[in-house]
Amino acid sequence: MTAEEWEIVRLSLKVGAVAVAACLPVAFALAWALARGRFPGKVLLDALIHLPLVLPPVVTGWLLLLAFGPQGPAGAWLDGTLGLTFMFRWTGAALAAAVMALPLMVRAMRLSIEAVDQRLEVAAMTLGASRWRTFRTITVPLALPGVIAGTVLGFARSLGEFGATITFVSNIPGETQTLPLAIYSALQIPGGESAVTRLAMISVLLSLAALVISEVLARRMGRSAHVL
Amino acid sequence: MSFEVTVSRKLGDTHIACSFAAPPGLTALFGPSGAGKTSILNMVSGLLRPNQGRIAVGGEVLFDSAAGMDMPVQQRRSGYVFQDARLFPHLRVRANLAYGARHGGVMSQAEVVDFLGIAHLLHRWPRTLSGGEAQRVAIGRALLSNPRFLLMDEPLASLDRARREEVMRVIERLRDEMRLPILYVSHDRAEVERLAATIVEI
Repeated sequence: MTAEEWEIVRLSLKVGAVAVAACLPVAFALAWALARGRFPGKVLLDALIHLPLVLPPVVTGWLLLLAFGPQGPAGAWLDGTLGLTFMFRWTGAALAAAVMALPLMVRAMRLSIEAVDQRLEVAAMTLGASRWRTFRTITVPLALPGVIAGTVLGFARSLGEFGATITFVSNIPGETQTLPLAIYSALQIPGGESAVTRLAMISVLLSLAALVISEVLARRMGRSAHVL
Repeated sequence: MSFEVTVSRKLGDTHIACSFAAPPGLTALFGPSGAGKTSILNMVSGLLRPNQGRIAVGGEVLFDSAAGMDMPVQQRRSGYVFQDARLFPHLRVRANLAYGARHGGVMSQAEVVDFLGIAHLLHRWPRTLSGGEAQRVAIGRALLSNPRFLLMDEPLASLDRARREEVMRVIERLRDEMRLPILYVSHDRAEVERLAATIVEI
């Protein structure tokens, strides 16, 4: 493998890791709301979260461009407050990956939260545990395998993100060119087959590892809360 | 008086109402399934809020709708033993026992472990315990939370005959040696007649 190819792998892992880390608290909060909450518009929220799963990724990328571009409301606000910009930057690739991973993560976490026996939480409260302590020491540990499985799955999804990324932040080597975008570029170049083969092999290995880890963790939950 | 309970609560279509004042010892709530016995335990523990009424244990008021008093479940210090034990599956027996432990209890952990004969179980996971073992651990966990009183919801119902006898002896010793007020739910007349000083028919 060439140094350039290593750089692509490194960038992909960085984008995936940042996307999943940023997504994790949001996904857990949403999963919690969907699993335990009772509020009007729950069905709509559920549908909105799942939208990136069924929407053409190009449309998701275009919507991100509208919202998080320099002129977009969210983009302008984030630039003004945190100095965070997304256009043609790896942060934009991470954002696109996060949005695409969100439905998968929420789904897995929601299943695992729903599988937690609430009678155990009641028992903890009769033993004097506050709601926060009950959440921390009973609910989260029992939901943890699903949370980890969802996170790993979201990471795998992030590594594979293509359509929304290329639409939103383009295909810039060293900045937004993750594995799938690099493979796409290599395919355009005559004689790029060997690079394509190597990058594709890495993609397969990374994704396979993530799926196996995710599935093993889901099995360890005892119930068949498979995320696939 | 140990338990002084006057409560009413509407749950869906059924209306649960009961009133009793029990002397020290074990008080049994006795009646057919679905009569609302568990709901009464839940109201005493603070898990279910009565529509109106008053609950006091050992003279201490836990709930009084007229005075707007409703002590949170965490502060009531009810040692609740559930029918299904409800041990935390991700914690070993030792950690389960320690979960609600408060200082100043009537017994130390070593004494409770000895009293219940569960020393050999401390390193085990709850899923590896028999029903009787799990129930004894659940009783231990409740005792270590330094309870003011014990609530027991059919603690023998899910056990076979031999295990029943084992847990029944533990409950008799709790009643006689610990002097803790116990509110005990059952639909088994023989069990209630053997254990209870007071029987409240629901």
